[in-house]
Amino acid sequence: MKKSNSRRSFLKNISLASASALALSGCSLKELEKFFQKNFRTLSEKEKKQLIEDLEAEYKEKYHKEFHLSDKPAIDGTLFGYALDISRCIGCRKCVYACVEENNQSREPQIHWIQVLQMEKEKGIDFVHSDVHYNPETVPEEGHFYLPVQCQQCRTPQCTTVCPVKATWQEPDGIVVVDYNWCIGCRYCMAACPYGARHFNWGKPEIPEEEINTEMHYLGNRPRMKGVVEKCTFCIQRVREGRYPACVEICPVGARKFGNLLDPNSEIRYILENKRVLVLKEELNTQPKFYYFFGV
Amino acid sequence: MKKIQRNRHFSRWIPALFMLALLGACSGSGPQSGQDDADSNLKEGSVAQYTGESTEIAVEPPPLTDGIFPCNDCHSDIVPNPQRRELVDFHDDISAIFNHDSENRWCLDCHDMNNRDSLRLASGKLLSFEESYKLCGQCHGEKLRDWKVGVHGKRIGEWNGKKEYLLCVHCHNPHSPKFESMTPEPPPVRQEDIKNYQPKNQENNEEK
Repeated sequence: MKKSNSRRSFLKNISLASASALALSGCSLKELEKFFQKNFRTLSEKEKKQLIEDLEAEYKEKYHKEFHLSDKPAIDGTLFGYALDISRCIGCRKCVYACVEENNQSREPQIHWIQVLQMEKEKGIDFVHSDVHYNPETVPEEGHFYLPVQCQQCRTPQCTTVCPVKATWQEPDGIVVVDYNWCIGCRYCMAACPYGARHFNWGKPEIPEEEINTEMHYLGNRPRMKGVVEKCTFCIQRVREGRYPACVEICPVGARKFGNLLDPNSEIRYILENKRVLVLKEELNTQPKFYYFFGV
Repeated sequence: MKKIQRNRHFSRWIPALFMLALLGACSGSGPQSGQDDADSNLKEGSVAQYTGESTEIAVEPPPLTDGIFPCNDCHSDIVPNPQRRELVDFHDDISAIFNHDSENRWCLDCHDMNNRDSLRLASGKLLSFEESYKLCGQCHGEKLRDWKVGVHGKRIGEWNGKKEYLLCVHCHNPHSPKFESMTPEPPPVRQEDIKNYQPKNQENNEEK
């Protein structure tokens, strides 16, 4: 009698135990739902809408502000490209901090999507001897030039192919994005990126409530959590609304140019056709859509 | 028999109807809407790039010193002196910093002698301060060309629509045009310092 009951009672007990554990741990149904959320690309329109409403409510509770979270898809007929005039950049780092504010990067521990490298004119583009911590009274410094590096938005991105869970991919408009909810934090993508453009949230990201940007995109600047990777998205929340990225608008010397590579009348196409252009680490065949050029 | 014939009759029409529907869809929505898009792009692009010089506008008015314009308020009472000289009584601040081919040029090479509210091209044509970029373009033609297509200088607004321009003089002091150096923003935290980082409210977080 006892023996025949053992299997059934075991199952009964275990289910009771797990249910009570769930209840005790304070794990709400919403959180369970969140845990079982699918990859962003497989969500239906209805599921996306629900997800966005939930996230907006969550952010409102956390930051006491009204948020607008967009999931706007790529605009047809666009392929975004970027060009940076090395002959103009003076290394003021205004772009670095404009990016931090626009894209809600963690202030502590500090995350910067843009690294401005100071290089010696005599050595040319030489990453080994470059300095990211330069801090003179005034810039530019004699005998130096500056090379800001951020995500190069490769046409053949290595970071996306190594992701074991497909949490990062290239959108139809060429922007490489991350689904932070799907990222498992293995950091393979960081190892694969030859430009050091991806950044990991080692700690719980902290953003002052009064500084948070409430205009957000699901695949862009919404607040990240500890243990996920993030990167430059060309300000996806701005460019899909037709605006320039934040770094373009802040640059005091006008060194940063942005536009649609498929539009033959765009500034970016003019640069590619008329200026001396280079890409970083061309030999790796990553085919960046981030170009450097000489305006003079 | 009749029934079958009718069915056949109808089924013959099905592909034709389908084709019609397809054609309709193609001509109605496909290429036409694409064209519309392209047209609007071109129009918007033309605002930025191919506007004639007459419609090219800056967002902000030229950065004239407060209270200095119109120049004629003072200059209408002064007899113009075409003699090249160092200014001492007034505008001496400009004289002091003047560094724009100062060996060969002075005030009246750009400012009109008889109407100080105007700039003056080498051809003798008068220009308003709003169009000062044409004056700059007399020598810096290649920069003017780049500025017009949006490669030189700063623009804000929409990558595919309305852009806001800055004039040459918003970034370059016309009397001393070299871009001024500035204080850089703080450098990033060194990696070795990140290691020592302790979250301020670690206990609170863990409690939560």
